[in-house]
Amino acid sequence: MSVDWILENRAHLLTLTVSHLGLSLPAIAAVLVLSVPVAVLANRLRPLRGVIVSGTGLLYAVPSLPLFIVLPVLLGTGVRDAVNVVVALVLFGMALMVRSVADALDSVPAEVRLAATAQGHSAWGRFWTVDLPLAGPALLAGLRVVSVSTISLVTVSAVLGVQSLGSLFTDGFQRGIIPSIVSGVVITAALALAADLFLMALGRALMPWQRTGRGSAS
Amino acid sequence: MGIEFRNVGKTYPDGTTAVRDFSLDVPSRSTAVLLGSSGCGKTTLLRMVNRMVDPTEGAVLVDGEDVAQAAPVGLRRRIGYVMQSAGLLPHRRVIDNVATVPRLNGADRREARSRAQEMLEIVGLDASLGRRYPDQLSGGQQQRVGVARALAGDPHILLMDEPFGAVDPLVRRELQTEIMRIRTELEKTVVFVTHDVEEALTLGDQVVVLREGGEVAQTGTPRELVEEPADAFVARFLGIGTGERSLSAHRRATGGWAIEDPNGRPLGVVEAGALSSGATSAPGTVPPAHEAAPPGSNQLGHGRSPGQRRPSGDEPGA
Amino acid sequence: MNQPAAALHLLLDPATWSGPAGLGARVLEHLQYSLLAVLLAACVALPIGFAVGHFRRGRNLVVAASGTVRALPTLGLLTLVALFTGLGLLAPMVALVVLAVPSVLAGAYSGVESVDENVVDAARAQGMSRWQVLVTVQIPLGLPLILGGIRLASLQVVGTAILAAYVGAGGLGAPLFLGLRTYDYPLLLAASAVVIVLALVLDLAFGTAQRLLRRLPGLRGGT
Repeated sequence: MSVDWILENRAHLLTLTVSHLGLSLPAIAAVLVLSVPVAVLANRLRPLRGVIVSGTGLLYAVPSLPLFIVLPVLLGTGVRDAVNVVVALVLFGMALMVRSVADALDSVPAEVRLAATAQGHSAWGRFWTVDLPLAGPALLAGLRVVSVSTISLVTVSAVLGVQSLGSLFTDGFQRGIIPSIVSGVVITAALALAADLFLMALGRALMPWQRTGRGSAS
Repeated sequence: MGIEFRNVGKTYPDGTTAVRDFSLDVPSRSTAVLLGSSGCGKTTLLRMVNRMVDPTEGAVLVDGEDVAQAAPVGLRRRIGYVMQSAGLLPHRRVIDNVATVPRLNGADRREARSRAQEMLEIVGLDASLGRRYPDQLSGGQQQRVGVARALAGDPHILLMDEPFGAVDPLVRRELQTEIMRIRTELEKTVVFVTHDVEEALTLGDQVVVLREGGEVAQTGTPRELVEEPADAFVARFLGIGTGERSLSAHRRATGGWAIEDPNGRPLGVVEAGALSSGATSAPGTVPPAHEAAPPGSNQLGHGRSPGQRRPSGDEPGA
Repeated sequence: MNQPAAALHLLLDPATWSGPAGLGARVLEHLQYSLLAVLLAACVALPIGFAVGHFRRGRNLVVAASGTVRALPTLGLLTLVALFTGLGLLAPMVALVVLAVPSVLAGAYSGVESVDENVVDAARAQGMSRWQVLVTVQIPLGLPLILGGIRLASLQVVGTAILAAYVGAGGLGAPLFLGLRTYDYPLLLAASAVVIVLALVLDLAFGTAQRLLRRLPGLRGGT
């Protein structure tokens, strides 16, 4: 019978999966795009570093659901607006990422940097060819954690009425449909796992380590 | 009595053999040095004595009893152990580190501490250092604390695993001298592991030269090793025939010989008449060490004060 | 009056805080739930984590299991269990404990593992039993990381304990969901603000504890 339920509702499941991804993927992408410049900024402007790093750390302590609720006040949106959810997820992701990326960029050995500069790399070129590839593993590790937690966190917004796979939990609970909840859990976990595996494969493809690491530095 | 290795071997589950068919008798109150480069199984052998490693073949006997019959924890409390990284507990004061074994043996805190205080004095540390934490000591001081800790349970056996490998050469000499004094005063049986030839010849009553895979290349007194290395491996390891250890003698105007090290630095003199027969033909230059060093000089390592020795640079395994 | 101001007004009104359904009682409930969940999680995760860290076995298994558990959406677990157990505290407890276990576990094994191998080896060689090595050497020296795991778990639990009210239990989720259902945005905002402040205070307390811990000798380098 649970199979029946799933078959009957497959169009609904697909719709919810799409809107789930519509919330989580932009958030994950934004975290990647935003956390690197913020981390670089933190490292360049030393006085800012403490503020940024501890600020993002504090942000991480803020629970997700209350943040979904408080953000509309700052953004001028409605509580059930998807934008809140995305913005909140981005903030969370940044809280996780900025610190580790800043630390990773900071830990590029000084002599490697010096060598690159001595070879005539501009600061900009050096960032792309030296700093970023060397910080790559930390970036990837952070992004994997962010993607898994983001995909999972999206479901919480369902209690506010935002459509996602989490809606399967709220609907299933209110109407007593166990297959609804189970398929929600399974699909969410599968998406998280898939994202994790994809990022891992991407990392292997982009960072066959001896080439990116030492090669560009020497 | 003492320690006896009976045909011990150690093969790990993955098939690598660390030690094969090793036998050695370490008489009570003597010092045996296991000498070899890394990977020769010397540490494995040492750790068989206090059951940090159990042999897969053969047996280790302490005072005639197979250690396999003893409970490991109790056995270890009866045997002192000093290791290269002193391995002190960073969250405990020096005094409490030294008091570890007495405490484990059930002594109350006050009793254990007074015992520890005694041990600090024995290893030449100021009593005031007891209140410090290990991180606040120099490497040499930490190593002394390590020795004090090993002695605190009043074991009659002391296992030392490259205890001075990480301290600078000058401090190493000092510590070696201390160890020679302590083991004589306290009548300890010592098994000492090192890759430093000088250290082995200085400290050992007998020295076991090991090759890769825990095979014995030669066992003997320092003098036997230098005089009659069993094969080319031992000779090369000890630096004999490579010039590293070759001394030269020059006739003195006042009679006898002046002995110089390979760098031409004077080491000492041999008085006329101190030479045994057979060595009297004037050795002009660079004879092999066992011909040049006359018996009167008491061989390498033993008769000389630490200050006269050249800094150790002959560590084939390093 | 705009909504944030209304929320603030609500928070400053003593009447909001008093009574059995007041915020004061809700804060207490919320803390009780959280404490209970973290304690239960610790009872499960600390022994396993210590064992994994001490014996250095089963780490991959634990990491894989934690990864899977972490991927489970808490709301899904909560509603699923609640369908079986009915309304009340049992389902939220199960969900919160499951949420907290991986973090406590990771802190426990990485803390125990982080202790310098030489120190552990030396302790064994002096004749400490495995138990003595664990209790007097590995746990004290691994404390900063162990506490870090408990800190993370506590923050997750305090944030998520809101959902307890979704299946009929109390805590700060109660006023929050009430506000949500009745479109009482100031109430919703006020309850959210209290949870956020609670989490930040907790984080601050843990942070201070960890800093004090690092002042102890030997724990400075506790990563």
